[in-house]
Amino acid sequence: MNRLLVWYGELSTSRKLTARGLALMALPLIWISLLLIAPLAAMLAWSVATRGPAGDIVWALTFDNFRRLAGFDSFGWTKAYLSILGNTVLMSAVTTVIAVALSYPLAFFIALRPPKRRYLWLALVMIPFCTNLVIRTYAWMMLLSNQMPLARLAQALGLIEPSAALYPSTLALYLGMVSNSLPFAILPLYTNVEKLDWALLEAGRDLYAGPVRVFLHAILPQTLPGLVTAVILTFIPAMGAFVIPDLLGGGRQWMLGNLIQHQFGVSRDFPFGAAVSLVLTAITLVGLLVLRRAGDERVLP
Amino acid sequence: MTRRLHPGFSAAAIATLVLLYLPLAAVAALSLNAARFGVAWKGFSPRWYTQLASNGIVLSAAANTLILAVVSTAVSTVLGTLLALGLERFPWPRWLRKAVDAVVYVPVVTPDIVFAVGMLLAFEAVRAVLGGLRLGMATMIVAHVTFQVSFVALTVSSRLATIGRTVEEAARDLYAGAWYSMRRVTFPLLAPGVVAGAMLAFTLSLDDFVISFFTSGPSSVTLPLYIYGSLRRGITPEIHALSTIVFLVTVLLVLALQLATRAPRED
Repeated sequence: MNRLLVWYGELSTSRKLTARGLALMALPLIWISLLLIAPLAAMLAWSVATRGPAGDIVWALTFDNFRRLAGFDSFGWTKAYLSILGNTVLMSAVTTVIAVALSYPLAFFIALRPPKRRYLWLALVMIPFCTNLVIRTYAWMMLLSNQMPLARLAQALGLIEPSAALYPSTLALYLGMVSNSLPFAILPLYTNVEKLDWALLEAGRDLYAGPVRVFLHAILPQTLPGLVTAVILTFIPAMGAFVIPDLLGGGRQWMLGNLIQHQFGVSRDFPFGAAVSLVLTAITLVGLLVLRRAGDERVLP
Repeated sequence: MTRRLHPGFSAAAIATLVLLYLPLAAVAALSLNAARFGVAWKGFSPRWYTQLASNGIVLSAAANTLILAVVSTAVSTVLGTLLALGLERFPWPRWLRKAVDAVVYVPVVTPDIVFAVGMLLAFEAVRAVLGGLRLGMATMIVAHVTFQVSFVALTVSSRLATIGRTVEEAARDLYAGAWYSMRRVTFPLLAPGVVAGAMLAFTLSLDDFVISFFTSGPSSVTLPLYIYGSLRRGITPEIHALSTIVFLVTVLLVLALQLATRAPRED
């Protein structure tokens, strides 16, 4: 079918347009498909294979890798992998809640600066994020190390052993995770807060609504799209974290990212690594879909 | 009611900003400490900075970081812009548009670590088939382009949607050729979107660690990889100085961008 058509002021044929459009998109699409989608598909196949004695892959349709992640191995049931899985979800959720809770005041604070100054404040939020993940994490290690004032204070108060550092610890892990995701929570919230209809807040106040009700009925509905984006941009990268738990959490605070890295690195168990990767990706995608639906179904009270 | 923030909220906002900067400030302070080991203050000394200047590994790592960011940004900006133009400017059937959209979103939604493993597998496969492929700068650039291209395409697509097609259509009605209207009409309108996409790609490349970690070779150490490696070997004061320099350069770049792109505002 090759019909003549006028396409935005140009007399052309559908075949010609298709050819030109495909020519533009071909290289980038092939690039992504071959380099990323194909290996992801290979991982899908590997996840049901098994590891041979020399670290090679033995093709056998088996769900052993997933059963192993669920804790069933030849010695019975252990909770080791499941607790990593649970920890990952819990830590990501807590990180998201804290990051969003800290972002609301900051978004309001910036939105209430004089217009010319707002971009400077936003830049201030963004600057640490243009350095590098490793540098930010390492900076936390230094700040929390044993002879720095914070650790000294904790030692004096008897919270930690004398001459101990504040990392690796759960606290250090959360500090690193939360500060790492803050800008991704602040920016989307800020774009909503800046456009806020303040008359609704004033009306709420006039009708004797307390701060909680003003937030729930006047602020939350207006900032919901930004909130959903903030949660997506915080929760999803947190689920895949690997450097922060590695450096700040120590060996006892493994997340799925560390487990995956270990399988493809030290233990060279590619099938199990692929299975864990798939589970991580699946959780991420389900989270994304649920959150996007929550964003679409916003109802004004 | 005036638009004021409760003082408690302002305090919380400032505290949050402090949370972002305190660690970096600590490193900057340590970088000026004369002590070779530990963090106890042994007096002011700029010598870690001067030592850094003669550290060949660090200098080549800095060069590698920039080469990686610049080359991958250039390639991904071109590819991403082509992808956006191809997707937005042609009468595609709905299913094809959805399929392409899905492909574009794969690098965005795949967790970093899974993405990195995927890239590693792709390179292993190429090596198995063609042989001779070594992990190094080339594989890192390819890996970075693969995630950058989607972010560029999404940024440029949204700009294409904003500028609409009326001006282009007018140009075509006035007998501008396809290439002429592209060059003189579409591209000037699109340029801010392309620049924004390139800036995003550049930032993503500089911030990346995980993907570089999986796809680099011994000859292509970048600054983040070097710093991560030295955390395993033992931290030296040079690392403090190096991190502080990276931070200060970033501050200068961001401020320069702010000044350069500040549009005149009415309000």
